Amino acid sequence: MLFFSYFKDLVGREVTVELKNDLAIRGTLHSVDQYLNIKLENTRVVDQDKYPHMLSVRNCFIRGSVVRYVQLPPEGVDVELLHDATRREARGG
Amino acid sequence: MSGGPGLESLVDQQISVITNDGRNIVGVLKGFDQATNIILDESHERVYSTKEGVQQLVLGLYIIRGDNISIVGEVDEELDSNLDMSKLRAHPLKPIIH
Repeated sequence: MLFFSYFKDLVGREVTVELKNDLAIRGTLHSVDQYLNIKLENTRVVDQDKYPHMLSVRNCFIRGSVVRYVQLPPEGVDVELLHDATRREARGG
Repeated sequence: MSGGPGLESLVDQQISVITNDGRNIVGVLKGFDQATNIILDESHERVYSTKEGVQQLVLGLYIIRGDNISIVGEVDEELDSNLDMSKLRAHPLKPIIH
């Protein structure tokens, strides 16, 4: 639940999603759900010459199960806040 | 779950699906469910290779199991019609490795 809430706060920001097939897609975070499925708008593949497979796609849905990393904008991360929240969750409260 | 990244807005539209084994299937979205199982109508597969342009294989009506889906992209018809598939060369996408 913690990371679901966290990603919901990042809606509207520019992120790069790296998939488990090495494809990296950059776009504006449109929405996220409880499976951490992600919808991106205004997408472009980071290495378009190597991966021209999505040239005609500007908006996409990415299944949460295939995401390896989400690269965040530095200003989107409050490390102190995340520290506190993860510790609270670990304590079960 | 309202406001989540559902596929409602893509129904009856042309979509491009990338599967976990690296295939690219394009078709009209007719239905989907919670598990991202998908019904595609008038679908075809786009086969990428480095030796020749993109081959299109007609598949017809397809159901793709959600487990096997990586990306569902909304096809921009204008961008798509301006693509010269016969000139596109690329390695096939790698499979998803969990």
